[in-house]
Amino acid sequence: MSEAPKPIVVDQPVTITVNGAAIQAQKGDLLIDACERAGTYIPRFCYHPRMNPVGMCRMCLVDVDTGRGPALQPSCMLECSEGMTVDTENEKVKKAQDGVLEFLLINHPLDCPVCDKGGECPLQDTTVGYGPGESRWVEEKRHYEKPIAISETVQLDRERCILCDRCTRFADEVAGDPLIHFMGRGANTEVNTFPDEPFASYFSGNTVQICPVGALTAKPYRFKARPWDLEEVASTCTDCAVGCSVTVQSSRDEVLRINGVDNDAVNWGWLCDKGRFGFEAIGSPDRLQGPLELHGDDLVAIHWSDAVAKAAALISEGLRSGGPQGLAVIGGARLTNEAAYAWTKLIKGALGSDNVDAQLGDGLPAELVLGLPGATINEACTPGGTIIYLGPDPKEALPTLFLRLRHAIVEDGARLIELTSTESSLTNLAAASLLVRPGETASAVRAIRGGGGDAGGADVEQVRRAIDVLSGDGPVTVLIGRTSAAESPQTVVAAAEELMTLDGVRFLPLLPRSNVRGALEAGMSPGLLPGRVRRSEAAAWFGQAWPTIPQADGLDTAGILAAAAAGKIDTLILLGADPLADFVDRELAERALTGARSVIVVDPFLNESARRANVVLASSAFGEVSGTVTNIEGRVQRVTQKVTPPGTARADWELACDLGEALGHDLNFDGVEAIWAEFQDLSPVHAELSLEALEDPANIDGLLAVAPTEVQSEEPLDSATDSADDSDGASAEDPSDAVADPAESEVGDAAQVAEPEETDGLELVSSPDVLRYVAANDQVVIPATDAYAFRLVARPDLYDGGTLLSHSPSSASLVKEAVLTLNPLDFEKLGVTTGAAVRVSNGARSILIPVEPSASVPRGVAACGVNLSGVAVSRLIDSSSLVTDVRIEVQA
Amino acid sequence: MNATPHIVTSRWETPDAHTLEGYQRSGSYSGYEGIRAALNIAPSAVLEQVRQATVLGRGGAGFPAGTKWGFCPPGVWPRYIVVNGDESEPGTYKDRVLMERDPHQLIEGCLIAAYAIGAAQVFLYVRGEMAHAQERIAAALNEAYANNLVGKNILGTDFSVDIVLHWGAGAYIVGEETALIESLEGNRGMPRLKPPYFPAAKGLYMAPTIVNNVETLANLPWLMCHGVAAYKATGSEASPGTRLVAVSGHVNTPGVFEVAQGTTTYRELFYSEQYGGGIRNGNELKMFIPGGASAPWFFPEQVDLPLEGRTVGAAGSMLGSGAIVVMDDTTDAVKACLRIVRFFARESCGKCSPCREGTTWEEKILRRIMDGHGRPSDLDLLLDIADNISPGPYPVASHPEAGLEAVPFPPRQTTICPLGPSSVAPITSALRRFRHEFEAKITKRDLIPLSVEPVGGRS
Repeated sequence: MSEAPKPIVVDQPVTITVNGAAIQAQKGDLLIDACERAGTYIPRFCYHPRMNPVGMCRMCLVDVDTGRGPALQPSCMLECSEGMTVDTENEKVKKAQDGVLEFLLINHPLDCPVCDKGGECPLQDTTVGYGPGESRWVEEKRHYEKPIAISETVQLDRERCILCDRCTRFADEVAGDPLIHFMGRGANTEVNTFPDEPFASYFSGNTVQICPVGALTAKPYRFKARPWDLEEVASTCTDCAVGCSVTVQSSRDEVLRINGVDNDAVNWGWLCDKGRFGFEAIGSPDRLQGPLELHGDDLVAIHWSDAVAKAAALISEGLRSGGPQGLAVIGGARLTNEAAYAWTKLIKGALGSDNVDAQLGDGLPAELVLGLPGATINEACTPGGTIIYLGPDPKEALPTLFLRLRHAIVEDGARLIELTSTESSLTNLAAASLLVRPGETASAVRAIRGGGGDAGGADVEQVRRAIDVLSGDGPVTVLIGRTSAAESPQTVVAAAEELMTLDGVRFLPLLPRSNVRGALEAGMSPGLLPGRVRRSEAAAWFGQAWPTIPQADGLDTAGILAAAAAGKIDTLILLGADPLADFVDRELAERALTGARSVIVVDPFLNESARRANVVLASSAFGEVSGTVTNIEGRVQRVTQKVTPPGTARADWELACDLGEALGHDLNFDGVEAIWAEFQDLSPVHAELSLEALEDPANIDGLLAVAPTEVQSEEPLDSATDSADDSDGASAEDPSDAVADPAESEVGDAAQVAEPEETDGLELVSSPDVLRYVAANDQVVIPATDAYAFRLVARPDLYDGGTLLSHSPSSASLVKEAVLTLNPLDFEKLGVTTGAAVRVSNGARSILIPVEPSASVPRGVAACGVNLSGVAVSRLIDSSSLVTDVRIEVQA
Repeated sequence: MNATPHIVTSRWETPDAHTLEGYQRSGSYSGYEGIRAALNIAPSAVLEQVRQATVLGRGGAGFPAGTKWGFCPPGVWPRYIVVNGDESEPGTYKDRVLMERDPHQLIEGCLIAAYAIGAAQVFLYVRGEMAHAQERIAAALNEAYANNLVGKNILGTDFSVDIVLHWGAGAYIVGEETALIESLEGNRGMPRLKPPYFPAAKGLYMAPTIVNNVETLANLPWLMCHGVAAYKATGSEASPGTRLVAVSGHVNTPGVFEVAQGTTTYRELFYSEQYGGGIRNGNELKMFIPGGASAPWFFPEQVDLPLEGRTVGAAGSMLGSGAIVVMDDTTDAVKACLRIVRFFARESCGKCSPCREGTTWEEKILRRIMDGHGRPSDLDLLLDIADNISPGPYPVASHPEAGLEAVPFPPRQTTICPLGPSSVAPITSALRRFRHEFEAKITKRDLIPLSVEPVGGRS
């Protein structure tokens, strides 16, 4: 458990005396933290550096003199002040510590030999370190039923509980889900849920991690290992794009537990339950053990050499008949940065196709993501700042970001303006919550900027409040993403362009899928090359290092699928993507898979789309590969291999190299370090970001990839220097490194590159400009709904039917069934009852789905989660239209 | 002491004193004249009068109300007044009678306090079990609202205040002011740690809050009507005025009495016909609790002490809530000790470890000793558990025979609030004085108290 004091800035130093030594502390810092920073640990149970202190367990009592004589005081409640004298180890303190530990142990069952916490238990450790040798208790201990399930994944043993209030405080203060609480009184106090209400919180697993005893245990880990048998590595969660720091723990080559690590810039030690418990999918028996090939109607296992040869043959066949534009790659967000770069280099730099898109139609234009002035999570959560939120419900899409936002608003006085189509987890926290008609966010933004109009139907009072909030001081951060997959990204772009002109505004893009930002930074988007540069502007720069450069901008996922459906795609590579489940328009995805001449799938699982492949290449998953990933902020963090992939599954970057070799293009990579080194040298925004720097303990929170300078005039000088430095540094490390090659060998091979300075290119070609988003100011006119139609909102749901949850036995039961949510008043209008199945159609296609009422959905709107079990709402979405209007008919 | 004025009890004999008409007609001052007098002068002048009169808090700690009011940080609004009517210490029942018999007096006191500190909202927190008191106050509040004595523009002035009646749910700990505030906010009644949560600075809803006892506020109308000099004419210099004491236990005429503060002695209270009327059956006094179940015990040597906070504190106990429990020589000290410890174990809120676990442990050991399963080591164990809840020498009365000095009040604590240390009071008091009774129960398995002659004689 990493529960070190959170980092602080010391700007008001005071001198306090701790055990006779004078130390400098920040005025107002809690004494318990100040002492620990100075190397004196004070034992504690209830205190947690990321939660408000309560001073309940009394373990941290120390002898403090603030001028009125020494007295025992809880150091977790005392703020440092000038001249404070503290003794943490005199006889008085020791007696109190002995006493408190004896009290805590009298009713503790001491069933350590069968307790999962035994071996890593703060109560054990503190007893050894600070407690009495034996107990004087001879009475009967407290008894409760052992253990009781308080949620699908968390079990509670009340006998072991020492009532420290950590779990209950977390649930109430941090998660905002006060579903567990103290009950009873005195020695009969117990933690429990309310009758018939489970601890159904997306963040329940954190209570298990912060429990100082074995009272709370999680189903996936119970009785799986002893702590001393576990090995662990530091890594980064890749379930969503927030990038929570984690430690991956395994025993006998099997991942058994994921715990949160305190990353001050990102997750503060918290994780969502999906990220914490989803690891079970890694060891799932359903994982692909090796490559498969289509034989007749069946996919059968083959050898790797045959599989790679077959895939290479399909690709070169396609290239021969249709050229580079017939080759397309969908996916890449599941990959590491290194794998993404290797694949970009293979597809764009060796085979010359620009039809590469890591997003599945549910993201934002890459230029917007990479080209707007960026904000970090910490900047967005600046105390007293203003947050404009237009995106998916963060609790469903980016759960720990929700915790950070909630803290910023509830504890730090940040003010939130929310623009949404249905009420979200932020609605009750918002200073102004604008309920906007789906697709009309831009007009709401115009209204809060004082431009008038009908504000997309938002309440006038809320608009007035938003204007009021915006007129205040403090930085403004826009958190921007897709509220609904049923709306075109154009509606979000229009809103973003309205906000770009705010003074000093910064943007934090909210994208679904783990390493999507890393994939975009690595160039996995049509029109882009690695390092946030446009293909059109960076051709010369990359021409020095790559054999070829795509001749024209390629297609995005929607374009690729449309082209495939029209028979124009020869080879479709699905790189950890399942368009049938994940693309917003399922109908198009189905036609595309049928229309593509050949489909190659690279995936750890045989997903729905993979079943329609010609060749399936089994790839490694989280915990099985090392490298780096990039979160929504552009923060680069490490992921680390802990276990071996099942069967003969291979890392994604290795597959790129294998295919390259089979196609006659040696990518020249002997490991992820080599890939990173080349990427770092070519990317204008990763120049400072070496793997060595990431290993530095000072950069434990990861490093941001930032544009080198915004001052245009200095750029040529800078980049020339950079390039020279880079090649020096690279040759010093590894003379055979790919970076040294461009000037010598590879450029020579690259016949297609139109580049005059072939040999001395490095000095003469300056690194390309990092792209900056320029408003297109396209007119987006949202059509009016007719009186009988409902406008569809397809919103993300944390417990969706994705690969991860459906292959995690402990969490699989949490996957929600798809329902259509309507305003209760619309129930009357339609004449339906709760649970009744209705037919929902978009004119061309229809689905049958049960309905439920909720006042959180405005009238005229029909809301549904995407990718839930049961019905695919994506059947109704046409990716080419701005909004999705549907008719709802009652089934007789 | 016949000259003791009736400051707060002047209407107790008036059958309809709980009505507005009865309140205004009877008593030692005219009802709602106090607030009229206050409204004629500036709020700061009212505060100054209360300060000069040294109106001591009657809830337990005896802190001067005027000084407490002055702790409100200047310029911070809103401010609240919370009336602590959660009187629930064993033996304490003075506030209940005040609320039942003279509710308007309390309401008027609230108005004066609200005017003085500038509060527009008063919360009257009444213990859940006191149904009669709640009904009387509710009826009185309705009358007062109807007659423009509470609410908007009181008596035609621009002074407005609302009084909210809140029923407790029956927890002793809610008598602790920060726990009461938590309870009012809708949370579990658990104390907040002070610092940082001194209610005057950060109280109800984190706003400045003055928590006053019922009796404290009931003094204010009389004070405003008769002035500071008249108020200070009674009682001692340090403890002027009167105070209510609830005498219970082995006296002939137990009850609530209004006595001059600081001058009346325990002897008068127990033996005067006006008050206790002597120990029952002519028995000898064995011990008495001078200030509620949480106070260390006194013994016959302390019976001539006056009811004065500092004197009693120096002698090793406290005036506390004014509950005096008299125990004669037929009392089993071990059983009395268990009875009180059991109360605190049941009422511990469970928030901090030493109180939650320690009080129950003490109870279990005492229970075992009472049941004849005590061990000789249990007595030192009890004292050491007590020391882990309340470290250092615990306040206790002197024992001249044994040559033991008094340890002055208050005790130190490893707990958040004084409930845990309160459970220590009977243990240290009884063990220091009557260790032989405990030992007899342990070594001789003698379950009959030594000092008691069993009915029918011992065979």
